[in-house]
Amino acid sequence: MTNRATTHPSNAFSRHVGLGILLTGLLICLFAALGYGPHAPMFSLVVGIGGATFGAIWYILATYLHTWPGIKNNYVMQNTFTARGVGGWFLGFLLTGFYVLLYWFPEYLKNVVAITEPLSQWMRGAAADQWFLYGLFYTLCVLVMGIRMFYKYRHNRYQIFRTLSVMLFQTLFAFIIPAVLKLMNKPEFYFHYFWPLDYDYLFPSTVQWLSSGASVAFFALIVGIVMSFIITPLLTYFFGKRWYCSWVCGCGGLAETLGDPFRQLSDKSLRAWKIERWMIHTVLVFIVVLTALLWLNSWQQGAFLGAFSQTYAKWYGFWIGSVFSGVIGVGFYPIMGSRVWCRFGCPMAALMGLQQKWFSRFRITTNGGQCISCGNCSAYCEMGIDVRWYAQRGQNIVRASCVGCGVCAAVCPRGVLKLENGAPDRNERYGKAVMIHADEVNILP
Amino acid sequence: MKHVFIIGNGISGITTARYIRKQNPDIKITVIGNETDYFYARTALMYLYMGHLQFEDTKPYEDGFWEKNRISLIKGDVVSLQAEDRKLFLADGRSVVFDQLVIASGSKPLMANWPGKTLDGIQGFYGMNDLALLEENTRNIRNAVVIGGGLIGIELAEMLHTRGIHITFLVRENRYMERILPPEESELVHQEIRRNGVRLQLNTEVKAFHGDGNGRVSMVETTTSEEIPTELACISIGVTPNIAWLNGSGINTNRGVLVDAHFKTNFPDIFAVGDCAEFQNPLPEQRPLEQLWYTGKMHGEVVGTVLGGGLATYQKGVFFNSAKFFDMEYQVYGDVTSDVPMGVQEIFWQHGHEHKSIRIRYNARSGSVIGFLVMGIRFRQQACQKWIKRQTPIEEVLRNLNMAFFDPEFFYTFGTEVREAYEAATGNPRAITTTLKRTFWPIFRPK
Repeated sequence: MTNRATTHPSNAFSRHVGLGILLTGLLICLFAALGYGPHAPMFSLVVGIGGATFGAIWYILATYLHTWPGIKNNYVMQNTFTARGVGGWFLGFLLTGFYVLLYWFPEYLKNVVAITEPLSQWMRGAAADQWFLYGLFYTLCVLVMGIRMFYKYRHNRYQIFRTLSVMLFQTLFAFIIPAVLKLMNKPEFYFHYFWPLDYDYLFPSTVQWLSSGASVAFFALIVGIVMSFIITPLLTYFFGKRWYCSWVCGCGGLAETLGDPFRQLSDKSLRAWKIERWMIHTVLVFIVVLTALLWLNSWQQGAFLGAFSQTYAKWYGFWIGSVFSGVIGVGFYPIMGSRVWCRFGCPMAALMGLQQKWFSRFRITTNGGQCISCGNCSAYCEMGIDVRWYAQRGQNIVRASCVGCGVCAAVCPRGVLKLENGAPDRNERYGKAVMIHADEVNILP
Repeated sequence: MKHVFIIGNGISGITTARYIRKQNPDIKITVIGNETDYFYARTALMYLYMGHLQFEDTKPYEDGFWEKNRISLIKGDVVSLQAEDRKLFLADGRSVVFDQLVIASGSKPLMANWPGKTLDGIQGFYGMNDLALLEENTRNIRNAVVIGGGLIGIELAEMLHTRGIHITFLVRENRYMERILPPEESELVHQEIRRNGVRLQLNTEVKAFHGDGNGRVSMVETTTSEEIPTELACISIGVTPNIAWLNGSGINTNRGVLVDAHFKTNFPDIFAVGDCAEFQNPLPEQRPLEQLWYTGKMHGEVVGTVLGGGLATYQKGVFFNSAKFFDMEYQVYGDVTSDVPMGVQEIFWQHGHEHKSIRIRYNARSGSVIGFLVMGIRFRQQACQKWIKRQTPIEEVLRNLNMAFFDPEFFYTFGTEVREAYEAATGNPRAITTTLKRTFWPIFRPK
């Protein structure tokens, strides 16, 4: 086997070249944003956005191809960007600022939107808007940082398959299919989002609009209902909520790719867990009540709290749909970790979480008494679960919030954790807290 | 109510305290530790240095846990003990009287009598102080020598490697962990070490350290007459019980604090657990000193339960251990060491190009399985333990081997390959009939 040097200076040059290309691309995007964009959209698109993408991939390859496969979280807790240093706050400010512009001041983005015009025309036959720009950036982030996941976890097939899946769903279901629908003059529809995460899919107004429209829309409606009420519970029963949260969902997809460098910033304290349970279930109650209200109101033809339920819907859309899931959910990645929305706000995660806890086969199995309490599992849990608390007791982990990303098992230096679809029986699934030697085995026949 | 004092807030001492509290809500418990205010996992020290973790992450319990469980923590150095009077003396002049005492003072790094061993830049690696010292000692240096081929040695090499330091790794034996690992596994570790750019020198010991004239180490002279320029020398030739402070206490000691099968010393109310305890009459196949994380934990569980008024005896069960050598994990269950004892057969399978191997030993006459050793692969402890304990025939084990794999989903399992290795070795291709296939897609086949 060749002797591959892995000391840091050896690949510094290559990394700097990649970084240089990335920054040049971003600089061109910045000029575009400041007014240059509309004058040379094609140049800005290809050299700016394309160059930044290329530079980022170069940087990633230069970083990881000089190390052997394995967990290398070196300097994560000392790096200013990943350890909530000045760099982290700066990134947080940029991301949050982008969301604020996107939601409330899109006119400031019009120059950047202009550079996506050629692509938008080609893909959807329609003028670009800020949502197309957002979709493009989002997809590029998932793809580029997905490539980073491949290299970072190239020894781990679970991580590779999972990352492939989120990249595929984002590109196809969130970017290409909606664009094609638009091209065909059909309503844009995101087939991988359903109620209650995409809360207005089951609002009366949407349903009426969809069911009155073309066959594609009606198909989308049926898919949405079947996914929400049949497929989701079924898959969650067999695999836990991970089938969605870390394999399909767009928010999860971004968290698992762009958010991966920040996963360790989640709060692991008991206090945070308490807040989490109150908050996420409150959001779930909000959206269930809201949907019910709107339907009652629609059935009563506006007689039942008509104005109120409309205000309620607007309020939910602003505070939960935009501020929470967007500005805080993604904007705060470098401050509060990558799953703030999924952990504290997502009503779909709340619903599947309840099922995962009470009625599912999924668990994280603890491998007997092997745990050495080092704390890597807890530190790198993006959902803030204190995995070690269970592992060091020799107890299996069944937690509503676990999205099944599998990183706890990946970073464990002693092979203690494994995500499994185990026994359907609840008591058996938990297992007892064992002392070092568990005598009887509940997995093997 | 009685007041139990525990000396040492490492895994053994803390486990003792927790298990007393589990049994009994009233006993007063005080833990005295000299290293940190709160219990932290020593096993995580390397991850602190490499930047994988922050100190907060290494604490297995939140700070409020101790008050909630009414376990008092004192930070201080116990300098001496008068066993007869049940009295402890702390470095700050305080003294306390205990009803019962548990000594869990752990280990300290060994140092040999090399010329020049007191130079600056020569250090061991065991606790928080050593971590701070290492941080200091590795500032802007380019070369280091790691001395001693144990687990700490290879961890040190991995740590220093993340800082881009050129490392020479001196191992006294003619291969890594000669007495614990069979030759093929040692060779895998050698490859793992070397492919990370570490210069591995086997059969090499230190003859002397030489200074730079300012009291700092500048060169290591080896028994192979090599002179290695260096700015740092890390000593990891083993640990020894930390019991020097017990001189004159009246407690019987040898290498460690001598205890009976119930961890009792020569005083009925004084116990010793963990690294510092030495069994006076170890059972057959038991070592007098047990210096593993899980044995320390078990000692604490037993003594804590008993002191709390419960019943427990120390039953060690099927041996296991695990470690990680750079990127290669290692697990052992049951009895697999360097040599194959008389009357024992083995199967060894090694992956073609990845650092993965499986070794299974079984009784040649009865065929019952006695141990598993895996490299780069995770096995399920419960499965291995059950098979070993029930003396399961090797062919039955091989038929079900894929169930023992504990790697994440979608990883390859190698049950078929191991079975073929067995068939090739025994010349009996029909020895095992199995319908098990590789589980590529276990997620789609929920059990």
